[in-house]
Amino acid sequence: MKIFAKKYLILFLSLTLLLTITSGCGSSDQKGDQETYKIGAIFDITGPASSLGIPERDSALLIEKEINDRGGINGHKIQLIIEDNESNETKAVQAAKKLIEVDKVLAIAGPSTTGTSMAIIDTIQKSQIPMVSAAAGSAIVNPVDQRKWVFKSAQSDSVVVDKLTDYLVETKAKKIAFLSMNNAFGDGGRKVFETEAPKKGLEIVALEKFGATDNDMTPQLTKIKSVKPDAVVVWAIPPSASILTKNYRQLQIDVPLIHSHGIGNQAFIDLAQDAANGVIFPVGRLLVAESLPADNPQKSVLVKYAADYEAMFKQPRSTFGGHAYDSISLIVAAIEKAGPDRIKIRDELEKIQGFAGISGIFNMSPQDHNGLQKDALVMVKIENNKWVVVE
Amino acid sequence: MKTKSTKGFLQRNLSIIFFIAIVILIALLIPNPYYLGNFVIIGIFTIVVVGLCLLMGYTGQVSLGHAAFYGLGAYSSALLTAKVGFTPLLAMVIAAVITGIVAFLIGIATLRLKEHYLALATLGSGIIIYIFFNEQVNITGGPSGFSGIPYFSFGSWQFDTERSYYFLVWSFVLLAIIFARNIVSSRIGRALRAIHTSEIAATCMGIPAFQYKVQIFVISAIYASIAGSLYAHYITFMSPSPFGFQASVEFVLMAAIGGLASIWGPLFGVTAVLFLTEFLKTVVPEIMPSAGGEYEIIFFGLILVIVMIFMPEGLVGGIKDYFAKGKIKKLAIKVNQDLAEFPENDLPSDRNKGVQ
Repeated sequence: MKIFAKKYLILFLSLTLLLTITSGCGSSDQKGDQETYKIGAIFDITGPASSLGIPERDSALLIEKEINDRGGINGHKIQLIIEDNESNETKAVQAAKKLIEVDKVLAIAGPSTTGTSMAIIDTIQKSQIPMVSAAAGSAIVNPVDQRKWVFKSAQSDSVVVDKLTDYLVETKAKKIAFLSMNNAFGDGGRKVFETEAPKKGLEIVALEKFGATDNDMTPQLTKIKSVKPDAVVVWAIPPSASILTKNYRQLQIDVPLIHSHGIGNQAFIDLAQDAANGVIFPVGRLLVAESLPADNPQKSVLVKYAADYEAMFKQPRSTFGGHAYDSISLIVAAIEKAGPDRIKIRDELEKIQGFAGISGIFNMSPQDHNGLQKDALVMVKIENNKWVVVE
Repeated sequence: MKTKSTKGFLQRNLSIIFFIAIVILIALLIPNPYYLGNFVIIGIFTIVVVGLCLLMGYTGQVSLGHAAFYGLGAYSSALLTAKVGFTPLLAMVIAAVITGIVAFLIGIATLRLKEHYLALATLGSGIIIYIFFNEQVNITGGPSGFSGIPYFSFGSWQFDTERSYYFLVWSFVLLAIIFARNIVSSRIGRALRAIHTSEIAATCMGIPAFQYKVQIFVISAIYASIAGSLYAHYITFMSPSPFGFQASVEFVLMAAIGGLASIWGPLFGVTAVLFLTEFLKTVVPEIMPSAGGEYEIIFFGLILVIVMIFMPEGLVGGIKDYFAKGKIKKLAIKVNQDLAEFPENDLPSDRNKGVQ
């Protein structure tokens, strides 16, 4: 029996060890000033979507510093608790539960992508905590009667499609080829484009998909080249968006290449290099902040954010960072009016009007939990590896 | 030898009782539901890995496609409850049957292959099922996924809190471990180990090797399917990304780290890997703030190599060996002291990893 006893002792000791490890994790954040307002944030900091998550985390740190430097919210300091969901939906749900149950935050900013945001909606609704996602998919806030607690700061794909199709109609393109990456982001864009484009008299002549981690899109592009469209629309984020753009130039397709707002960061240009020149895409005004007219209500916010971000992190600005900055700004604005009460914060979020953020002027309403219209976007062209507004 | 068998019986029950006690103890000691939630995930993965160990550790067949079976179970359960309106329990059973049939078809086609070829074939079939989840937008919701999956319920009993789900999942873990142990210590279990050692020798002894291999492959897939069903009702949102190739690799990693030919190994393997991931997530950004991408893969690779070199039988085997070495020393002293009273039962050569 002695051997057996020892075996159990090992089992018992390892499990106790495991217990102490887990219980140790929680205690660090527990004690804190009563006066501090805790805000949670979940970003895709590692994993495939890390090119979105890292600038988002950095922007969150930037705004935390800004607000505390100016004395906090009505005299209360804020504390951001940032969780990494590893671009993984299970982890996103776990992170949301941690923020709600362990850290007891007032509201949650993020996650970064449509997939991870969709994954936590059930948890958010059930726990009745306000959330402001930084992702694009319209499905995150629609149908709005099932998304009472869910808001988002990034321009919805429906808004982007609206702007983009307007541009296509303006340039008299009729036959459109559509390519999307096969994940929640690309799929969301495809669904909206398929239903909205025909309404504006556009004809979709080809519809192709590629994997989010594919290294070559020549087969899809060859097919598209053969149907001779007037313009090609692509819904993707780097690195696959960049690879596609390179393939596009190699195949010498000579119709305009139009991307979505998913390429609003320096990474796209860095990866696509000269192939990026000539790409047109709808995006928030952050990328062209300095060239805006002085009377633009967003200009001061944009220029300040861009300058602060680039100075603090020595990285070029990214629209994704802007989304996270907006998410937290919106939450802070709501807390300013509501105080530390989740229900009141939600109600205030819904009432936000004329709020000049990075992604546009937010006008929330009980029917619209995004609050952005197509005037939040401009068409931008890449020339000499720089962003230029198309007029 | 009758005393020995009662002792064995007692031993088996003791370990199970001990396991139950620990499970209850954890629930009592952890008041915060979030941390219990972590144990829910550990439990779900443990079920998959116990099944995988039956296949890899005991029968010696490598599967790099187990995430697909896990996903099949999850999707079947999710679709049957959310879209058809079945009760979760019925859906779980049907999901297990569907997954079993798919595994049977894949098994018949691939299990005649050996070693690396088998691993590649299972990898391929896993990827095919993953693509199916992504492309069948009308059925699975495609990459955007779908929500609205009900919580697990048993009659009027709803498992909608972390605590109740914790007990639900760990009851399944308990059943999974008991079932696996019964297989291993039965005639089939001995046959499986014979196949592992030498398939030709086993066949010569009259063991229908192929039939047993297919059977254990199907059982192992059903384990994954049940874990998948539990996952679907826990997260209540379904999309293809948790069921990709990387998940398959992680399952194999968990199995290898815990100890392939061991019933309790999966528990340690899963816990070790999940805590390592958490640990890396807190430590790496402190050292390299700009680190992005999937860097944990580097560490997983490293750990796997280290474990394979120093603890080829996994954590459980390694720890046992460590204590066995200590025992040899003590035993040697004891033998010197009193050669006549050499205790037969305490022989350190009892290295039968299979039965614990």
